[in-house]
Order: sequence, then C-alpha cells, then structure tokens
Amino acid sequence: MAMEQNGEDCLELGGRKFHSRFILGSGKYSLQLIEAAVRDAGAEIVTVAVRRANTKEHENILDYIPKQVTLLPNTSGARTADEAVRIAHLARELGCGDFVKIEIMRDSKYLLPDNEATVRATETLAKEGFIVLPYMYPDLNTARDLVSAGAAAVMPLAAPIGSNKGLVTKEFIQILIDEIDLPIIVDAGIGSPAQACEAMQMGAAAVMANTALATAGDLPLMAAAFREAIAAGRKAYRAGLGRVLSRGAAASDPLTGFLRD
Amino acid sequence: MVKVNGEPQEAAGESLAAYLAAAGYDIRAVAVEYNGAILPKERYAATVLADGDVVEVVCFMGGGC
Repeated sequence: MAMEQNGEDCLELGGRKFHSRFILGSGKYSLQLIEAAVRDAGAEIVTVAVRRANTKEHENILDYIPKQVTLLPNTSGARTADEAVRIAHLARELGCGDFVKIEIMRDSKYLLPDNEATVRATETLAKEGFIVLPYMYPDLNTARDLVSAGAAAVMPLAAPIGSNKGLVTKEFIQILIDEIDLPIIVDAGIGSPAQACEAMQMGAAAVMANTALATAGDLPLMAAAFREAIAAGRKAYRAGLGRVLSRGAAASDPLTGFLRD
Repeated sequence: MVKVNGEPQEAAGESLAAYLAAAGYDIRAVAVEYNGAILPKERYAATVLADGDVVEVVCFMGGGC
C-alpha cells in the first residue's frame, strides 16, 4: 500500500516499508554480478529460488546478496498448491524470513501461473504467517480471491515470463490497479525501462525485473536504468498525468498574433 | 535404500548429519525435508536414516522472472 507520511512515499508489504519500488530477480546471471546489480538497481527486495542442493556446488548465493536486502524466495518449480507450500516451508527453514512469492506453473511451454492453485497456496501460507506475494495471470476475480486469502500484494504478469515483451496484459493490470486494495506489483515480461516506467505511471506499486537485465549488454547499467525509470514513473503517477485531447490542439503559448496588427 | 533428492543412496544406519557431511553438502546453506516434514538443523545429528526414508536437501539459488 502506498504510504505518504511527512512526504515519504513508501511501499509497504507485510508491515515493512520499502523506499525502492524495483524488485530484482537474481536468476540467469552470475553470482559475481549480484552485488553490483543490487547496488545499481537500488533494490531492497531480491527474489531467489529454492532448488535441490548439489554436493559439488559450494557457492552460497546468500554470500553475494547484501545483508540489508529482504529476500523474497519464490516457489518456482511447484506444479501444485501443495508443492508450493512445501517449497515455502523449505525456504523459511533456509532462514531468510517469512516473505514468499508463490509461483505455480503446470504449463511448461508458456509458463503461465495456475491462478486457482495459487489462491489455495496463498490461503494456506498466509494463515501460517507468511507474507505472501502471489504471481498470477491478471484476472480480477482471482485477484479478489487473493485478497480474501490474505495476500500482501498481487503480482500480475505483463507478458510470458522471460519474454521481454512488455505490457501485453496492460488493460487487465490496469483493472487490478483500479479495483484491488493491495499493492499491484507488475511481474514477468517487462523488458525495458520504458515499459517499467509505463507500469509505474499506470499506478503499479512496484515492478519486478530479471530477464531484462540478465539479457542486457551491461547488467549493472541496465539495473540503474530501470531504477531511474521506475522512480520517474512513480513520480509521474503521483503528479497525475496531463490530459490527452481526443482531437485538435491546445496552445501553451498566448495566441495574440501580435505581429499582424 | 534411502532416497536423497530423488536418487537412491546407501545411507541407512547413518545419521543425517554424517551422511550430508560425507556426501559433500554445505550444511550451513541447506534445508532438509525428511519424510515430508521440515527437519530443523539441530536434529540432523540425532536423526538416523532408515530404509525407505525420503530426504530432500535444498538450498537457495538465483531465481526471478
């Protein structure tokens, strides 16, 4: 929820306040780049995944993420609500707090979230005290169910995950922003700072990005570009965009025609 | 046979702590689900693996969207 006290513009999730509205993913790039990415993104929340441990791999991602960052473990890999709940329990046991991003995908081609299973997992985990951020296909009915289930925010996809296609679901995300009394965090598919800025101008509470950075030429520089775009979009939203004329023109200069008389 | 991360392992009779250390897991970085329930770290040493046990050993890795 947007909080404005003493001119402060904070994102509040699960009773915690964040000044950054850029949620950063940590997938598909090297651990050595994470610190620079977090720094240049100005990110205060970073997502991580839970996977089967490997006996030959001894690098711990947590050693690369600055300690002040809030970790948001996701349940990627879950195909059912039960699997998502199990992964959330394991994530909490890994010792990084009570935040969890629910991701449940039955479809391995388009990687679309299973909204119905997501509602069920959200309900179970919210009751257990998790701060639940569900990833979902932007649907108003599901979003309302997620509110009732105790979600802390709603994370609609903008486009298929990893596609960098931008705000393909724009109209439906706008409906969620207008109708749902929880932070709407635009997730998946955001491919450029311009798209992130547009999502923020629409009134999104935050934007999540990962692939857009991981596939960019210079990851930290792109992180900085996203940071500025998200901040700009937020300011534009708070300022209130100027109106668009349906036709014609409206001069901003005085039209006295003074050279003619 | 004990199933660890989906693979059968000759670990029956060993403590979970001993098995994980011998197998090369970084205990500090993992969480364990033992027969479907989360097992707190302080119980690894006292948990003796038996035939038919199912163990999941997980850690965090990079992930996003």
